[in-house]
Amino acid sequence: MAAADVTMLRETAVEGRGEYRARTRRKIMILIGLSIALCLSFAVDLAWGPARYGLDQVILALFDPSAVSAQVRTVVWDIRMPVAVMAIVVGAALSVAGAQMQTILANPLASPFTLGISAAASFGAALGIVTTVPLIPVAAGLIVPVNAFIMALAATLFIHFVSQARGVTVQTVVLLGIALVFTFNALLAFVQYLASEQALSQVVFWTMGSLTKATWPKIWITLAVLLIALPLFARNAWALTAIRLGEDKAASFGVNVRYIRLETMLIVSLLASVPVSFVGTIGFVGLVGPHIARMILGEDQRFFLPGSVLSGALLLSVTSIVSKSIIPGVVFPIGIITALVGVPFFVSLILSNVRRSW
Amino acid sequence: MVSLQLVDLGASYGKKLTVSGVSTPVLKAGEMVAVIGPNAAGKSTLFKRIAGLLKGPGEVRLAETTKGKSAISYMPQDTSANAVLTVYESILLARKQGSAWAVQDSDLRFIDHIMDALNITAIAFRDLAALSGGQRQLVSVAQTLVREPDIMLMDEPTSALDLHRQVEVLSFMQAQARQKGMIVLIALHDLNQALRFADQVLLIEDGKMRACGEPLEVINSTMLRQVYGIDARIEKCSRQFDHVIVDGVAA
Repeated sequence: MAAADVTMLRETAVEGRGEYRARTRRKIMILIGLSIALCLSFAVDLAWGPARYGLDQVILALFDPSAVSAQVRTVVWDIRMPVAVMAIVVGAALSVAGAQMQTILANPLASPFTLGISAAASFGAALGIVTTVPLIPVAAGLIVPVNAFIMALAATLFIHFVSQARGVTVQTVVLLGIALVFTFNALLAFVQYLASEQALSQVVFWTMGSLTKATWPKIWITLAVLLIALPLFARNAWALTAIRLGEDKAASFGVNVRYIRLETMLIVSLLASVPVSFVGTIGFVGLVGPHIARMILGEDQRFFLPGSVLSGALLLSVTSIVSKSIIPGVVFPIGIITALVGVPFFVSLILSNVRRSW
Repeated sequence: MVSLQLVDLGASYGKKLTVSGVSTPVLKAGEMVAVIGPNAAGKSTLFKRIAGLLKGPGEVRLAETTKGKSAISYMPQDTSANAVLTVYESILLARKQGSAWAVQDSDLRFIDHIMDALNITAIAFRDLAALSGGQRQLVSVAQTLVREPDIMLMDEPTSALDLHRQVEVLSFMQAQARQKGMIVLIALHDLNQALRFADQVLLIEDGKMRACGEPLEVINSTMLRQVYGIDARIEKCSRQFDHVIVDGVAA
């Protein structure tokens, strides 16, 4: 080989790793950008409401509460803070749940909402509200979230075990999810038909999904599930990314595909069902969040995972702001807004960047 | 130096035994073994069994390796992928399995070297989904090589490549086997490539081993008539490589 050729080869080689490092830096910058946007959205969420405060007042209330009036302190800390934090935690949990469902089921349409897990939770909650019969013995105040959780968990595990059966294709799993949505909606209608007027209005409000149900214990539980799940997913980052190359390919890399799938689905079932059982049906975050992360960061889980956390949290935080900005003084149930905001956003993202959408 | 021997090996899907009775002499480091046979003869199943992805009777005797589970690297036949990853990321992924998040310069240097050798640096940052079948195969070869295994199992790695690339890749694999002391088992449909590059040929038909030995011992007119149903002879080309000349379908 001529000397000139050798030099050229060496330069090309440097270009490869240089470019890879540059792209990695760009992804880290994107993650930092998303984090800053999330902080901003969180502050605005605290500032907006029937009484509007400036961002300076909110920041003061956060870092030096004694410097603001008692009214501002109460509104920011006691009224708006649980809702704003719940938006971030629930958004992150649903988005990560959707991201990993899409990863292990190899299906871009997988999410807690589209696979019937939210519908199952709604049915469980309605059963609790209308009949006041707990699915497992718990304190009276916990009947609704616990029933919702058990039904959601059952639906997730059902999806998982059916998807593992021989000959079940990716399309079958989605169709099965749709069948679950229909089934649980029908069961929900059945329960609603039998319900008293008072119980009916409670069921309807629950199924719309609302962050106003947020309380600190619910926030801590959801956050705890998220904080347990994330390191477990992070530990499997290379393996989970490899699974997206196909089962055979991942296995050829030494990945124990069956084990990783089972472990992931068990964690996902918690991540998907806990928030839904607390705040009701909030659709599309689990679908749109991961797709945004995938489009801007790709599917290397080292970036896709934090990206899904941030995009889901940001999406629900922004939606929380929108839900109280449409009609002054009225806070719309957030589930309605996620559908209204999420769907067009999703469609525009797909149309603007078809190739990297899946 | 590593060595490999298959002893009465079989493979089963569920309870059904689809491959059985595969035995080889002790295969030595640096050897290239072509696994040939008609469609659906059981070549892929055999590879999966050797790689430990399928269960079955018999034994894979692997000696003198220090790499444990990562001693064997298997390249599946299906190279399609719709993951949103670049070629570079997908090759890095193969190398980093089971290790920490941090990517060392030495990892990237090795990937650059392999991509250079396979002549795929131009597509390094293209999305996997945007690749042609041939490019996907080359990426898959790179993914297998960056794992630096002792044994490589390659399931029809050249089936979608043009003639130039076929010869290029097989020559490179042969050189790698010799230099690094690897054993390369390669499923091939092109018997001329098997005659040209393989040190040993393993013939499978209907899930059973028909023959195993030097290329000319296995690939001959009688076998071609019995197994492939064609009339053919073996002749030398101008560079003295043996070639199958096909006269026609056997009567």
